[in-house]
Amino acid sequence: MSDIADRVKKIVVEHLGVEEDKVGNSASFIDDLGADSLDTVELVMAFEEEFGIEIPDDAAENIQTFGDAVKFIEDAQ
Amino acid sequence: MRRVVVTGLGLVTPLGCGVETTWSRLLEGRSGAGTITRFDASGLATTYACEVPFGDGADGSFNPDDWVAPKERRKIDEFIVYGLAAAQQAVEQAGWSDPAEAEKLRTGVMIGSGIGGLNSIAETACLIRDKGPRRVSPFFIPGSLINLISGQVSIRYGFKGPNHAVVTACSTGAHAIGDAARLIRDDDADVMLAGGAEAAISEIGIAGFNACKALSTKYGNAPEAASRPYDCDRDGFVMGEGAGVVVLEEYEHARARGATIYAEVIGYGLSGDAYHITAPSEDGDGAERSMRAALHKAGLEPGAIDYINAHGTSTMADVIELQAVERMLGEAAEKVTMSSTKSMTGHLLGAAGAIEAIFSVLAIRDQVAPPTINLDAPAVETPIDLAPNAKRDREINVALSNSFGFGGTNASVLFGKVA
Repeated sequence: MSDIADRVKKIVVEHLGVEEDKVGNSASFIDDLGADSLDTVELVMAFEEEFGIEIPDDAAENIQTFGDAVKFIEDAQ
Repeated sequence: MRRVVVTGLGLVTPLGCGVETTWSRLLEGRSGAGTITRFDASGLATTYACEVPFGDGADGSFNPDDWVAPKERRKIDEFIVYGLAAAQQAVEQAGWSDPAEAEKLRTGVMIGSGIGGLNSIAETACLIRDKGPRRVSPFFIPGSLINLISGQVSIRYGFKGPNHAVVTACSTGAHAIGDAARLIRDDDADVMLAGGAEAAISEIGIAGFNACKALSTKYGNAPEAASRPYDCDRDGFVMGEGAGVVVLEEYEHARARGATIYAEVIGYGLSGDAYHITAPSEDGDGAERSMRAALHKAGLEPGAIDYINAHGTSTMADVIELQAVERMLGEAAEKVTMSSTKSMTGHLLGAAGAIEAIFSVLAIRDQVAPPTINLDAPAVETPIDLAPNAKRDREINVALSNSFGFGGTNASVLFGKVA
């Protein structure tokens, strides 16, 4: 797993209080990991902070799974 | 007329976490004051306060993880954490954690706060200044709003009755209990969680009250001696923090399920001073009318009162309240014990009325009046027993709890023993 994926996973585990092995590529933040819409806003903010990037609102709406997040950040770097 | 009784109690105070911990330390006359540890207060006029003792939960310390999961705690200001902890204690003591669905529809929540998420607001303002508005947490607003204790408690337990929150400065807790009792009496609910919470021991909170010259400043070397209601060396209140929540219940409802009944809410009075934004009216007229209104609702004469938990903040206003009480009691003054438990807990602002209502209920349960500590040289003479530095074992059938707040808002709640 890439360094980016590791760092994203750490943020997801911390913010959503879920087990690390639940955070698979296709794991949906809302459907599988118990997040609500406010949690996803906060997650995106945490990704921005961690990776020093800006994620526009329309892009953020498309980040629904762990895999989505990793791919967006890899592309942005 | 539907009667309202108290069937559950919950406390987080500077004396400890839990009702019995706080109560036993209160009867021992222990002070909860100390040098501020929460932040560096060395640059402020006041360097001490009554902080909730955080710890691992042992020996009466408050372990927030015992009450709110760490990932949820990040999303809410400390005043909500305190409120949730006190609410959970009260609900569990009342045996009301998981009633039937129809009962949940008839169970409401009315827990207020004086200033709510003051510290979160200050921190978020600094964050915007330093890093820009995009860094503001989506949980900032729902984590700071005063009515979000009531909201959080209702979500946690599924209580779908009236959901409300009082904001009347230092009268908040008393108004919440009195108003919630009326909701039950008026048949809007059968069970209500009611009380107040506060967490304003922060740089902005202390600086703000310092600016209005309300806080004690002269006891940096002896914080435990700083809160000294009625004493001639008092110089302002000592800020406290925490929460108090009671379960109120319709009398027949409580009887039918065999609940333990601690006391009855027999009267509740409210008044306004219409005088000054921070000072009480000098003649104590508002305080007196509030107390008389509570007695009137109960259909009692002043002579029925055994114990008064005073507002008594350790400010100049102590004497105004005392004189109002003397006028209200008349010849009955000599048989009444009145103490200020703020001498030990400090002033919990929006939570004060709630924790002091609970102390009044416990005074009835255990037939004992807690002391007023640090009362060494009374500022005035009074026929009323102020229980200086020692509790009083005595008959207590009726107890009155007074709360007066900035803006001239007064509340008095009267509790009676249930035979």
